[in-house]
Amino acid sequence: MSRIGVFVCHCGENIGATVDCASVAERSASLPGVVHSIDYKYMCSDPGQNLIREAIREKRLDGVVVAACSPRMHEPTFRRTCSEAGLNGFLCEMANIREHCSWVHDKGEVTTRKAADLVCMTVEKVKRNRPLSAIRVPVTKTALVLGGGIAGIQASLDIANSGHKVILVEKDPSIGGHMSQLSETFPTLDCSQCILTPRMVEVAQHPNITLFSYSELESLDGFIGNFRARIRKKARKVNEKICNGCGLCSQKCPSKKIPSEFNAALGNRTAIYVPFPQAVPNKPVIDTQNCRYFTTGKCGICKKLCPTGAIDFEQADEIVEVDVGAVVCATGFGVVQADFFPEYGYGKYKDVITGLQFERLASASGPTLGEIRRPSDGTVPQTVVFIACAGSRDSAKGIPYCSKICCMYTAKHAMLYKHKQHSGKAYVFYMDIRAGGKNYDEFVRRAIEEDHAHYVRGRVSRIFDRHGKLVVKGVDTLLGSRPLEIEADMVVLATAAVANPGAEELAQKLHISYDSYSFFSEAHPKLRPVETNTAGIFLAGACQAPKDIPESVAQASGAAAKVAALFSKAELAREPVVASVHRCAPPDYSRCTGCFLCETVCPYRAIEQETLKTRDGKTVRVVARVNPGLCQGCGTCVALCRVKAIDLDGFTNEQLYAEVRALA
Amino acid sequence: MVVQIGYFPGCSLQGSSREFEQSLKALAEKLGVSLEEIPDWNCCGASAAHNLNNELGLALPARILIQAERAGLEEILVPCAACFSRLASTVHELNKHASVRRHLADVLGAEYGGKTRPINILEFLGRFFPEGQGPEVIQPLACKVACYYGCLLVRPTEIVGRDRPEDPQEMDRLMSRVGAEPIDWAFKVDCCGAGLTIPRPDLVARLSGAILEDATSRGAQIIVLACPMCHTNLDMRRADIERFTGKRYTIPAIYVTQAIAYALGVPAGELGLKRHLVPINLEKLRAGDAGPASAPATSQ
Repeated sequence: MSRIGVFVCHCGENIGATVDCASVAERSASLPGVVHSIDYKYMCSDPGQNLIREAIREKRLDGVVVAACSPRMHEPTFRRTCSEAGLNGFLCEMANIREHCSWVHDKGEVTTRKAADLVCMTVEKVKRNRPLSAIRVPVTKTALVLGGGIAGIQASLDIANSGHKVILVEKDPSIGGHMSQLSETFPTLDCSQCILTPRMVEVAQHPNITLFSYSELESLDGFIGNFRARIRKKARKVNEKICNGCGLCSQKCPSKKIPSEFNAALGNRTAIYVPFPQAVPNKPVIDTQNCRYFTTGKCGICKKLCPTGAIDFEQADEIVEVDVGAVVCATGFGVVQADFFPEYGYGKYKDVITGLQFERLASASGPTLGEIRRPSDGTVPQTVVFIACAGSRDSAKGIPYCSKICCMYTAKHAMLYKHKQHSGKAYVFYMDIRAGGKNYDEFVRRAIEEDHAHYVRGRVSRIFDRHGKLVVKGVDTLLGSRPLEIEADMVVLATAAVANPGAEELAQKLHISYDSYSFFSEAHPKLRPVETNTAGIFLAGACQAPKDIPESVAQASGAAAKVAALFSKAELAREPVVASVHRCAPPDYSRCTGCFLCETVCPYRAIEQETLKTRDGKTVRVVARVNPGLCQGCGTCVALCRVKAIDLDGFTNEQLYAEVRALA
Repeated sequence: MVVQIGYFPGCSLQGSSREFEQSLKALAEKLGVSLEEIPDWNCCGASAAHNLNNELGLALPARILIQAERAGLEEILVPCAACFSRLASTVHELNKHASVRRHLADVLGAEYGGKTRPINILEFLGRFFPEGQGPEVIQPLACKVACYYGCLLVRPTEIVGRDRPEDPQEMDRLMSRVGAEPIDWAFKVDCCGAGLTIPRPDLVARLSGAILEDATSRGAQIIVLACPMCHTNLDMRRADIERFTGKRYTIPAIYVTQAIAYALGVPAGELGLKRHLVPINLEKLRAGDAGPASAPATSQ
């Protein structure tokens, strides 16, 4: 006869306000096999856990049911509590009476009865639990960092400095990301390049960091501590090892009118190019879409001129396989497409530009060498209108969220413009000014009070051209909703930060989840902000949500700390919830008939073939075997097995049927 | 083959904007569509009812929908932009709130079954005059046109569900098809002043004036539109507009149905163009005349 203890948690008001917890405990006490049943306000607190520990010792419990929140939340907590009291952790089960009951139903007897039923089912299950022990797996102490923006750079350096190997993969020809495109940074106005480029060099020179630039993740298999990544090194058409970065090739390249990605299309580059002079690595790449040799077959000037013979038109993509123990995803964000704002004429009027384009105009390394000149005719604009929330916080545009960085960079833009053009007028249309952050609000006040940026609270409905000016039609909601028309020379849209194109595809490769805006989801919005729901994969920077530089760097260091903690152990304990194939004594050996349907459906390639042999070495037949290191316990094979030869430890067919029968 | 479709003319098309109906019917015949008028229809309530009394604002269009349903009409063409907006909004409300549907059933003694759907003139033309199909263009409208959508033809987005509500292109594409050159301009979805034409003609003068000014300054020779209210303001309120802006505007405003029907060969005399206050001579425009105010008339 079992000796089960039932512990019903109120979770403060979360469960207690809806479910009569005392009654659930009382009803559970009479279930066959239950020898102890109590309720308590916070079972996860120290006194609550003590109740469990004491009951295990005093009542000699051989199974524990905690009726509380989701097992995702506190199953590890209570399993640990049980093992501390000498009971195998896997003899503890949770009945989820919060998410599955109190949160989704109204208060009442029916709800309480449902909670009691959930407990009853779990009691039946736990009676059939077997003690399991954690599976120990080794850890590959190399981290894979995806994305070489400031977040990826910071994470790489932190991990590398803690003594572990890092493989940094960047899809563009150079690391640096969006930050390398910025002019000055708020709230201190220090130059973005000046603080970033030393970090980029550090990455390139760090003995623990291997940089794969112009490369992308092809696939990722395995599990925490033991991933195998396939990285596609896109063909640069330039042999990096031979190239000395002299730059002669791009100087002489005849295709010179290709919009430069680094200058946000405000300047041109050549077909063979280094994105910007401070690029790391400072090695060119050929853009085969625009290269004359690749489009027409004629040219090859770069190849003729290269003093080291580094140009290699035949170079093909290369796939590199690496073993890593953890992954930091720091793939950044994107900017909305031109067609997003027909009403603002973005894409139609040359002088309606995005915030990122303004950064290039204001940057000393930009197309105008830092002078604010408008793109259409190169003149200095006398009136500039900045539009905050261009797309953000607008559910009609499908972006109800706040892009978070725009209030600050718009204030910075207005300030930079006024610093360079004292007589110019800067207007800022805004909804609210969101300047939460150290020295942030002071910064915005400075733009308004000292630099006289003219802030107008209201939205802009349309921008159109009239007699060579851009007419910005808006409303001033603080002056009686007065319609307003400003004749501007240039308009800067603080465009919404959106997920990177291809974010969903990457998430699927990594088996991590993403939200409805395709930003990657953290494991817990408050308490696990840098982890994903897939163990061993961490997040840093704006791929999770729009973030500014300080926040991205903080999260990157957080992710690096998580990786370092993971790598601090020689081996990892994994949940023993894995499938196993039936085995028994001869002459049957196993129920498995060797059809290997399980092998075809296993998403983790965990099914192996095993040859059964008699004691004298004669082959009996080939049956399936599960590699517990690869199995993730999804149970697909169990559902498919026609002879019920496969079962999932911790979730056996017997246990699940017992749960269902308990309801009947 | 003649396709049958429901038709709700509303007050304007049988009153002040009879030329809209006249040209629509001529065009429908060319397109092989027979318009089945809803029996015993009533006023849709625009523009007053929904502002004064929500129940009335929904009950009037609901009764029209019920009448159409009883007559077995699944789709009803509602050419007037204001009528369309009222009917589409009512369908939206009724589908969204079962309680509103039940309440109106009590008021009207009959319930809207959800089978009838209003379609506006752009959807109608998109469907029955699709790209690359339909009757041949006989008299191409070889002139620059400003396509004016106004407020209600493409908005509100969640009810009308057209893409690019801030910069619609459907009418522009239709005009290109019939040989006209649609201009890119800034006021295609701005408000003309609408119903304020009676209480606040000064506001209408300002708003409609801006529309005429922009269209003219960008070289348009005709404004093409699809709303009786817009037409009234842009055609009939010229004196107020000109007094307000101090400028004279000779650019005519015509209905999209007049423009297309003409291009498909309906004689200009059968399109009700004479009912407009601002004179228009499509023959002259077609002959490559720069504008109605300049150059001597050339006969074709």
